[in-house]
Amino acid sequence: MAGIVAYGGYVPALRMERKVMADAWGRGSLGGERSFANNDEDTVTMAVEAAVNCLHGRRREEVDGVFFASTTAPYQEKLSATLVGTVVDLGREVVTADFANSLRSGTGALMAALNAVACGSSKHLLVTAADYRLGYPRSDFEQSFGDGAAALLVGAEDLVATFEGAYCVSDEMLDVWRNPEDQYVKSWEGRFVLGEGYTAHMKEVVAGVLKKYGLKAGDIAKAVLPAPDGRTHTALAKALGFDVETQLQDPLLAKVGHCGAAQPLLMLSAALEAAKPGDLLLVGAYGDGADALLFKVTERIGTRNPRRSMRHLLENKLPFRSYARFLSYRGILEGQPGEPFRLFPSATVSWRERASYLRCHASRCTQCGTTTYPIQRVCYACGSKDAYEEVRISDRLGKVFTFTRDNLGGRSDDPVVVQTVAELDGGVRFYGLMTDCDPEEVELGLPVDLTFRRLYEGAGFHNYFWKLRPLRKGGTD
Amino acid sequence: MGKSIKDQVAIIGMGCTKFGERWDVGLGDLVIEAAYEAYADAGIDPKDIEACYFGTACAPVVGIAGSAAADALKLRNIPVMRNENWCATGHITLLEACTAVASGLFDIVMALGAEKLKDTGFAGLGTGRGMSPVLEARRTSPGSFGLIAKRYFETYDLTNEQGKELIGKIAVKNHDNGSMCPKAHFNNRVTLEKVVNAPIIAWPLGLFDCCGNSDGAACAIVTRADMAKNFRDDPIYLKGFGISMDSMLPHFRPGFDWLRFDSLVTSSSKAYEMAGVKDPREELDVAEVHDCFTITELVIYENFRFSPWGKARQDVDSGFFTLQGGLPVNTDGGLKCFGHPVGASGIRMTYEIYKQLQQKADKPQRQVKNPRLGLSHTFGGPPQLSAVAIFGNERG
Repeated sequence: MAGIVAYGGYVPALRMERKVMADAWGRGSLGGERSFANNDEDTVTMAVEAAVNCLHGRRREEVDGVFFASTTAPYQEKLSATLVGTVVDLGREVVTADFANSLRSGTGALMAALNAVACGSSKHLLVTAADYRLGYPRSDFEQSFGDGAAALLVGAEDLVATFEGAYCVSDEMLDVWRNPEDQYVKSWEGRFVLGEGYTAHMKEVVAGVLKKYGLKAGDIAKAVLPAPDGRTHTALAKALGFDVETQLQDPLLAKVGHCGAAQPLLMLSAALEAAKPGDLLLVGAYGDGADALLFKVTERIGTRNPRRSMRHLLENKLPFRSYARFLSYRGILEGQPGEPFRLFPSATVSWRERASYLRCHASRCTQCGTTTYPIQRVCYACGSKDAYEEVRISDRLGKVFTFTRDNLGGRSDDPVVVQTVAELDGGVRFYGLMTDCDPEEVELGLPVDLTFRRLYEGAGFHNYFWKLRPLRKGGTD
Repeated sequence: MGKSIKDQVAIIGMGCTKFGERWDVGLGDLVIEAAYEAYADAGIDPKDIEACYFGTACAPVVGIAGSAAADALKLRNIPVMRNENWCATGHITLLEACTAVASGLFDIVMALGAEKLKDTGFAGLGTGRGMSPVLEARRTSPGSFGLIAKRYFETYDLTNEQGKELIGKIAVKNHDNGSMCPKAHFNNRVTLEKVVNAPIIAWPLGLFDCCGNSDGAACAIVTRADMAKNFRDDPIYLKGFGISMDSMLPHFRPGFDWLRFDSLVTSSSKAYEMAGVKDPREELDVAEVHDCFTITELVIYENFRFSPWGKARQDVDSGFFTLQGGLPVNTDGGLKCFGHPVGASGIRMTYEIYKQLQQKADKPQRQVKNPRLGLSHTFGGPPQLSAVAIFGNERG
């Protein structure tokens, strides 16, 4: 039987009160706050965060496939799943596939993985989903969308939740869409979108899955129903016969927003964190039809916690109050270009050095034991040549050894770069930029971890690398 | 180990341009300005030059080779060897010229360093420096040297305010000296209050903790020591030198403390050994060291044994490195006031030592009394590379 082995979410640290966005335009606020990706994050980096969270404490070698679902992948032509798999240090012999173009791509990837495991073609498939969609400036979407990611490890044994079945409908309609040249999500009239689109389809699949498996609404412990807004969510739940107080999984709209293709998986991760053995979870997703998936929580729940709980992700936040910088971070406004780079990005360099740059492997000398990053063929300490083994250091914690707040190296919309040298566990020195921080909070000895980020654009492709990040307390850390 | 070349090579003429924002002159003009002053100072004809060692680091295009020097000066059918070694470019160019003469290959050679930074369109040396477009994508010079400061403050128990004042005093000293140097880019004096309150470049380094960005060139005419007096009565002799490069970007170096730089320690030790200097604090009369940032000059004091480890603060407070002190350092204002046109700096610093040892400082107020031995030095890279030269006005 296929099901979920492990799970983990990711919500970017940056949050903006919707009132800030509303006030910038002199319009009403939808209330609460939304998450948004830092200027060095995209759907791949967020998916990596979720994947690392999900795979915490597990052997990466056991994963034999990775799927990536998003409507906002960094490339139109080029696999993102491969990049995610490489960065989380999976092996070479893995199945990879991207799922795209729909808010149902997250559940689509999940069902494909469950089926692959059920038929025996894969043993452990990592399903990642991430989105950071853009609504038009001033629009409701701009406020209601959030940025986030989730990852689920799908397998056949040691399950925290078993997959009980699904019910899907497909219905061609233009309610919400985006053309290739569009930056922003378009939509038809709201009443059509919410009435004939979202509500009608979600009702159909939820009722359909309950009927198919002989269940009543009252049998469901938590209904995981992503929704465009709170009112529509509540109305749908009531119409389906769910108890709004006890049976609804928090749609995350007040604190995060709608994270597109990742939303059903992110909400499911949150539901699993709070679930008890025997709970039935119903997961819905909408877009040109709808999906409804049923999971049953097993006795193993609670033994496979992600590294960072949903509570940690929600509480660990950096309030952000500049709407102008939000627009600039998302490429809507173009800030004054910074200094040109002296070093030109190179696809061949990035490819050749992928063990160091992407997998974050250091070299551990087999003669003297010194571990050095990046990989050194000749040992820095003892001079042994080609006598090393590669070790992954991306999951090591560390402390700031020295730093400087550099006003020259940054972008015009984010001018202070905290250049940091950290001493990681095992004595490995790592130099990187500090991200997701208030530059003034950085001090010697500050505990840090590593996070994979998009460094800069150049030569027509995205340049990714690891950064340092203050290690924040809370959750299950 | 190879042999010493102490007292085998002499400098018989030098030239140095005015440093600054030389919008109206190009690299070739700077080369001509420095070279013709050097020809005249040495009393030689350009045709006497048998080889040219040319240092430039940030040339506007790849493949500039020695063309910029050869084209401007009409050097024909002689070797023109271009050198690029980060901020030590000028020194290594000069020392290559010296070792070539010491080898007996040439009798009269020119060492020329030039840099035209102000044609690049930006104020600093730029973002993204070094070998890797990924590892060093946002690395800057102030950002790398700024990493030293907080370690120094922490190790020697200084508050941020005390630390800023300590390095700030070095800026005040160098500006005092630079105010008396017509060829310097900046001739203004500054107060400690102004220095510590200046806008931050890479905390804790403020504007006055950082050297300027300038255009400039400098030139030395090098010959055999035994021929030197044929050209002038007061040639300056190379007493010793050391060049040392550490391995790996210091940022990733396991166990590195950011205070003791092996390249500084070994390059100075080699130079002292060749020059026969046992106690540099006592025996050196004047020094030009690499003050790209004030914190750099501070740690050089200790790495060069001018001050005991951790004790540079006492020497800074007592004025030991001022013109009136026991060992005047950066008597012309240093990189702080000249700016740092990378390829030119090492030879420009040697120009100051040359003039001091000849007792021909352009302003008598900053002439060190009866100097015999002087040191010039540059420190380059992230940092990683150090070059030291010691000169004397008497052939031993």
